[in-house]
Amino acid sequence: MKSVIDWLKKVSKKPLFLPLVSVFLVLVINLVYDAIQGNYVFEFLKFELKEGALYGRIIDILNRGSEAAILAIGMTLVVSSSAGTDISVGSVMSLAGSLCCMLLAGFGVTHVRELGELQMPIFVGVIAGIAVAGLCGLFNGFLVAKMKIQPMVATLIFFTAGRAIGLLLTNNKMVYIHLEQFKVFGGKLWIFPTPTVIAAACILVMAIILKTTSLGMYVQSVGINPKASRIAGINSVAIILLCYVICGLFSGVAGIVATSRIYSADSNNIGLNLELDAILAVALGGNSLGGGRFNLAGSIIGAYTIQAITTTMYALGVAKAQAPVYKAIIVILIVVVQSPAVKAYFAHRKAQKEGGLAVAGRS
Amino acid sequence: MSNEVILSMRGICMTFPGVKALSNVDFTLRSGEIHALMGENGAGKSTLIKCLTGVNDFEKGEIFMGPEMRPIRNHSTLEAQKNGIATVYQEVNLCPNLSVAENLFIGREPLTKFGTINHKAMLNRARELMKKLDIQVDVTQALENYSIALQQMIAIARAVDMESKVLILDEPTSSLDDNEVEKLFKMMRALRDEGIGIIFVTHFLEQVYAVCDRITVLRNGQLVGEYEISDLPRLKLVAAMMGKDFDDLQSIKSKEDEAVSEEVLIDAKGLSHVRKIKPFDLDIHKGEVIGLTGLLGSGRSELARCIYGADKAQTGTLKVKGKETKINAPIDAMRLGMGLLPDDRKAEGIVEDLSVRENIMLAMQSLAGVVKRIPMEKQMEITKKFIDLLDIKTPSTETLVKQLSGGNQQKVIIARWLATNPDFLILDEPTRGIDVGTKTEIQKLVVDLARQGKSVIFISSEIEEMLRTCNRLAVLRDGEKVGELTEDLSQESVMKVIAGGERS
Amino acid sequence: MEKNNMNKKKNINSHSILLLITVGLFILLYAAGYFMYGFGANAKGFEKLQNFLDIFRTNAALICIACGMTCVMLTGGIDISVGSLVAMDCMILSVGMENSGISPTLLVPFVLLIGIVFGAVQGYLIGYLGIQPFIVTMAGMFFARGMTAMICTDQVNITVDNWFKQVAGIKVYMPFELGAVVNKRGVKMVPYVNIPVIIALVVVVLVFLMLRYTRTGRSMYAVGGNQQSAALMGLNTKRTKMITYILSSFLCSIGGVLYCMNTMCGTTTQALGLEMKAISSAVIGGTLLTGGVGNVFGSFVGVLINGTINSLVSFNGELTRLGGTVPNVVSAFLLFVFIMLQAVFAKLRERKQ
Repeated sequence: MKSVIDWLKKVSKKPLFLPLVSVFLVLVINLVYDAIQGNYVFEFLKFELKEGALYGRIIDILNRGSEAAILAIGMTLVVSSSAGTDISVGSVMSLAGSLCCMLLAGFGVTHVRELGELQMPIFVGVIAGIAVAGLCGLFNGFLVAKMKIQPMVATLIFFTAGRAIGLLLTNNKMVYIHLEQFKVFGGKLWIFPTPTVIAAACILVMAIILKTTSLGMYVQSVGINPKASRIAGINSVAIILLCYVICGLFSGVAGIVATSRIYSADSNNIGLNLELDAILAVALGGNSLGGGRFNLAGSIIGAYTIQAITTTMYALGVAKAQAPVYKAIIVILIVVVQSPAVKAYFAHRKAQKEGGLAVAGRS
Repeated sequence: MSNEVILSMRGICMTFPGVKALSNVDFTLRSGEIHALMGENGAGKSTLIKCLTGVNDFEKGEIFMGPEMRPIRNHSTLEAQKNGIATVYQEVNLCPNLSVAENLFIGREPLTKFGTINHKAMLNRARELMKKLDIQVDVTQALENYSIALQQMIAIARAVDMESKVLILDEPTSSLDDNEVEKLFKMMRALRDEGIGIIFVTHFLEQVYAVCDRITVLRNGQLVGEYEISDLPRLKLVAAMMGKDFDDLQSIKSKEDEAVSEEVLIDAKGLSHVRKIKPFDLDIHKGEVIGLTGLLGSGRSELARCIYGADKAQTGTLKVKGKETKINAPIDAMRLGMGLLPDDRKAEGIVEDLSVRENIMLAMQSLAGVVKRIPMEKQMEITKKFIDLLDIKTPSTETLVKQLSGGNQQKVIIARWLATNPDFLILDEPTRGIDVGTKTEIQKLVVDLARQGKSVIFISSEIEEMLRTCNRLAVLRDGEKVGELTEDLSQESVMKVIAGGERS
Repeated sequence: MEKNNMNKKKNINSHSILLLITVGLFILLYAAGYFMYGFGANAKGFEKLQNFLDIFRTNAALICIACGMTCVMLTGGIDISVGSLVAMDCMILSVGMENSGISPTLLVPFVLLIGIVFGAVQGYLIGYLGIQPFIVTMAGMFFARGMTAMICTDQVNITVDNWFKQVAGIKVYMPFELGAVVNKRGVKMVPYVNIPVIIALVVVVLVFLMLRYTRTGRSMYAVGGNQQSAALMGLNTKRTKMITYILSSFLCSIGGVLYCMNTMCGTTTQALGLEMKAISSAVIGGTLLTGGVGNVFGSFVGVLINGTINSLVSFNGELTRLGGTVPNVVSAFLLFVFIMLQAVFAKLRERKQ
């Protein structure tokens, strides 16, 4: 029995422990649910090819979790370097989508049905949306890195204003782009759901950046010990600023995807509550919300796990508006375990044990 | 002055994991005396104070208070306060946003009969207290409107009003100018005359001789001695504090090493940083090893940091290799071929959650820039090279540096800078906390670097160490460079200059 | 010596400047409104005293919440759960009274009790476990919002005629018929407020007294000024913080009751963004985000400013068409300006020392 506990202790220190355990738990819940429902036990893993597209609960999770995964990439960097969170991501998503649709349709126009009605090529609108989101990130980064304002407070500004500005851009109406060329971002690419492909591409881009440049090391170094980083020549202001810009850019991408799904700019609902999912993904991924070392894979797994939790909840009959209750509880559980008081308690117990041994050894 | 003993600490032992911080330390404080507590870094001054005030839970020893010598044991600063022991820290522990009066009385404000705060009474009492202690402030103003010196005196006033019999002043003068120090001393003397016992923890030699009655010296966690000020000339004090550590006395410098190139690498004139280091001139030749010596707090680290740009120089000019330059941030200094090993490796050295390899590569990567990542093979090659060269004990290159022992962590930071192949390296206390064998290795390394034509600033509290490696010594005292020694480098002559009294 | 007398006012008190700016801003905004919509030929009703009183009527709940938010921010924290808590309270009251026929005499104290418990949980996590206030109150926000939906997903209107409804409908007329006007039909209209306004004003006074005259109140300032120092000076910082959050949620629940009196219904989308308005009111009112500085009077004026903006927007046909977003944008912009002002003042102060 003791060796099992020792093994557990060793394994629990590994970075991907928390996210993998969470995935495991979700799997188990699904299994149990399916068993109770009388379905084929591995129902949730099943997927099939219908009408040239892949379907299945697991495909559904990978599809719907795309936005959260994309957001989690940027959020991971923000948390790691500045020990803060960017709560504007959901609103910035909405803003990006609204801007894109507005540019494509022209101000005041609410429906675009023909290619000819487009005011500009689709990709220009998309780039503009992402660019504006990047500017929001720059704004946030400036406040945090240069003006030393708390991240939560600095991002609170766009948290409120983002959607409102989006609504103003679309003249307080929903703007529909009924074009296949636009719907594709939220639709399907060959047999795969496009959002998943886009998410995979974003993850790949970030992974390549982290592997070929030393950005990862810089971000972690700034987050762990800004003083030592400075003496070693790192410009922490620039690094933190960059992280917020990246977070903004990814919010823009997620916003375009979300907008494309419903092929309209729904300022009030796009990205709603998604900031909680993004933060939860980072925390669930085993990353400390107090900054420092990060593990991108963990955050990604965390993002899809949360989507899986959400999907499972809906399958279990929880209404969409009620899901936040459970997510809130999970967040609290994770941060309690990560909290300074709890950590100090365990460190104290560990020191007592070791101290006790030392005294015994000496005398 | 035969006053009665009001505080007696006997046989205090304090151990932290792996380190014996205090062994059998005694301390005695009498009423109506100002007693200095001195010692170099790691001597145990702050540990002893923390044992007294309840922050540290010491495992052996006893504390007695008051003329009746009743045994006490404090478990928290609050309890210590109740027992009449108050502490005023270097960073004033008051609330800057509250008024002076509130800072004096917060937590114990006078109440009206309804239980609400009686502001009028509070202001009156505050004014009385300020008058009594001759502190000229408007008690209704926010504390942050006043200078640090005044804030400190207000902190002391609070302690006094709470009827403390023992007042601990922990490095109170570090941020004060000479006028402010005088005012503080005036207040201290007044309190002493009223019978309060003051423990004055400091490293400023002149101040100790200006205001103290007795001195207790600690070294390496042990009591060196308790002396009356009149019985302790400066030289004896410095010798007591610095002492002699076991060291392989074999000389490592050869005759050639004594000769120094004419070429000047660094020429600093009038550099200073307010409150940290007064304007100084220093020139460093190629291939030269310069030692900065003086007691802790004399400004050695500050001088080096000022050159490197860690604390940006606010006045003066700097010429590197003959060209005048301005260093705004460490990266500028790095690009000019400089490197700095800070003295506080935990706070400014190691990035604890990064691996050994990442810590070693950090500076080199900064020089290369964020985009051009140094290939993994090269990183491993360099890491392994320095692990061997410096004999760094680590399970692997990917081990997190926080898991290494202190000495090995130090070696990692040294490796970090050696990897950048600097022309000029500043080593601030590089051998602190390192075993004796490795100390010698590092000293040999320093001489080696000089042979290769590199210049080194070597800062250490151990004069012996510097005498074995340095060509020249710059001596600092109380925040300013007071002299240089090139000939007659001996323990005696150095300590003389440090002690001062007669300027050399 | 002379030097000490010169030390008296080393730098101008930037905090009073911020407060002056706030009050000045309010006067400016209201004057602007008066000239645009209440003067002479353009008179659309802005000049009426009722218009001024209406700002109080619509914002009675926000005033209470802003008082609680001020206390929280004094300790250097933040509470973004307030809007959702208000929604939850309204839903409980509405469903309880309308669908289950429970008397408000039971429901109102129950809602206040929920506020206390909610605040206690948040306060414990923040004060004793040391978790960041933002995360905890964000979780609280989502929890409360979700609970609102769990209680009921539809809108529930209170139609039942109980004392709650009656009290909500009471009009408190201006004494001496101050500011009365005769309308088109020749009826004399005396300006009025309602019970929630009275309660809100009482709350402001009580919180002011608490902050100024109780040790707990002064501890809040101390904890926000320098938590470490406050602890070293012997204050129980953990308990102070917890009390602050209990107070915030309790006042928020009072605000919830008042909110419900105004809207007489419970829906899931109620009070969205209310936390933002409370925070911006406090910040505009001179409460520092970093803690240690602030007063309820400033926050009170901050609410009035927010209310005046809403009023100005409602008088402008163009802007009204754009819906409730314009006030949000203006609020966010004001918040940004004041945050920047605070940051700039902080840097100036740093440089002087």
